[in-house]
Amino acid sequence: MFEGGIILSKKRAFLFILPALAFVTVFLIFPAIWAIYIGLTNESLTGIYGLNHQFVWFDNFIKAFKDPWFHSSLQISFKFVFGSLVGQAGLGLLLALLLNNKKGILKELVSNIVIIAWIVPGVVVAYLWVAFLDKDFGLLNSILGILGFARVNWFHTLPVGVIIIFNTWRGTAFSMLLFMAALQSIPPSYLETADVIGASGWRKLRDIIIPLIKPQILTDLILLTLWTFNVFTPFILTKGGPAHMTEILPIYNYRVAFMGIGRIGQGAAISTIILLINLTLALIYLKMLKRK
Amino acid sequence: MMFKQRTNLWNNFWVYLILFTLVLFFILPMLWLVIAPFSSKASLAVKITLPSLNNFRELFKNKIAILAFKNSFIISFSSTIIVTITSMLAAYALSRTNFKWRSTLLYALLLFSTVVTGIAAMVPLFVLNLRLGLIDSYLSVIFVFIGGFLPVSIFIIKDFFDAIPKDYEEAAIVAGSTPSQGFFRIILPLSQQGMVVIALYIFMNTWGSFLMPFILLRSVNKYPVSVAIYTFFTQEGLPLLGLLSAYSLLYSLPVIVLYIIINRKFGFGFHGGLKG
Repeated sequence: MFEGGIILSKKRAFLFILPALAFVTVFLIFPAIWAIYIGLTNESLTGIYGLNHQFVWFDNFIKAFKDPWFHSSLQISFKFVFGSLVGQAGLGLLLALLLNNKKGILKELVSNIVIIAWIVPGVVVAYLWVAFLDKDFGLLNSILGILGFARVNWFHTLPVGVIIIFNTWRGTAFSMLLFMAALQSIPPSYLETADVIGASGWRKLRDIIIPLIKPQILTDLILLTLWTFNVFTPFILTKGGPAHMTEILPIYNYRVAFMGIGRIGQGAAISTIILLINLTLALIYLKMLKRK
Repeated sequence: MMFKQRTNLWNNFWVYLILFTLVLFFILPMLWLVIAPFSSKASLAVKITLPSLNNFRELFKNKIAILAFKNSFIISFSSTIIVTITSMLAAYALSRTNFKWRSTLLYALLLFSTVVTGIAAMVPLFVLNLRLGLIDSYLSVIFVFIGGFLPVSIFIIKDFFDAIPKDYEEAAIVAGSTPSQGFFRIILPLSQQGMVVIALYIFMNTWGSFLMPFILLRSVNKYPVSVAIYTFFTQEGLPLLGLLSAYSLLYSLPVIVLYIIINRKFGFGFHGGLKG
């Protein structure tokens, strides 16, 4: 008797959707499509191409592929994403496994600390790590000093390592929470049976836990890849330096588009490349969602 | 039996050792934030000195610092309120009607919100705001936040609406109420939790956001805290660590407090795969 339209007429439904749709269209969908057009022009922030820019076809893309900084930023991004992935998913799984059957204050304490690292503003986290890793006064070098090690200038010795560890520290909570929820869904009887036949912890992990939470692991990995690829906070920590060594693709994009004369067209071409990489990752993710 | 107990003890030893190491990894970098603000001579070191509130006193005298807090609140509050209202309206329509292109719209929302991040769109978003004459106004940042956070909010709140049986409103309509009465008297009270979840989700995310205000705002007196914190340097370019650490702590407090509230009230976990 009551079909779709009784609660809300079609006209009213459209009016309800309209404000949200307007914002999303103008400030999310349109910019993505417009990036492609800007990327085909030689627009710049200052200089002669500031006001009247020309259509230059694929010049910006050719320039990007010829720019060694573009290639190095791609490589650094790849290392950064891969390292963070191993760090975050690894620590997240480890924490979830260790805390799984724990109760009370220990579990609360550990998970709260990990979650606070995740929700505190990125700028603050960056300053925390500047202080922690400082060569002369930083806590890490002080502790190493007490243990008899020499002081290390971490930002110079291990630039990519620093931003990976920084990002792992910041983002582990997501994987931890996801895996905690996943482990809760494993029927306890499975693990009890394994205990009865005397399976070791490692065998339980490999033969029961991992196969059962495989969908969550895949979801975690693809989302982390997408998110980590789209992270800008290392900029606050290192500004891309020293000597461009931590210049991941987003920071390279920022530098090209907004520093110096502000090559907006060139920057938009790089944005287009980032959008295409995101699109590929998103399609993989959506396909996985559908299969579930 | 004896043997089994000993392996348990041994296993427990390893479990606690690893947990202890992990806790150290997460807690050591945080110590500075808790200690430096109260130190009379703040440095990058974690050193316990006589506790002092001097840094906070200095901070409250700093006009830019105070203004930036206000700016952060303006930006986060406006984004939160507008996203919450518009996403609830849209989600309600998407939950209660079944028009032809509904699933296409949902798929497009999901796809675009996943692909178009602030990072990927920083250049076109800047150019768009430049053309609209919005550069250096709060509105630029607020609009970009609204566009960016709407899809996620719609999905979260739609889950809550979907869980409420349609029969409730249908019964109300049969009993003579109008559709809007159905929405305000039945749906809103039942989906309060969802509303609070998205409001807090958006507030926490916009509060810490750096890149968009960094790109879209030019005047120091419009900076939110995330960008203003950059101005705490001496003329020689050295950071004013006392101010900086005190400011970082104050800036972090709202999100930590909100987290504690969410955790107490709802439990902090996953709602449809998202943080909230």
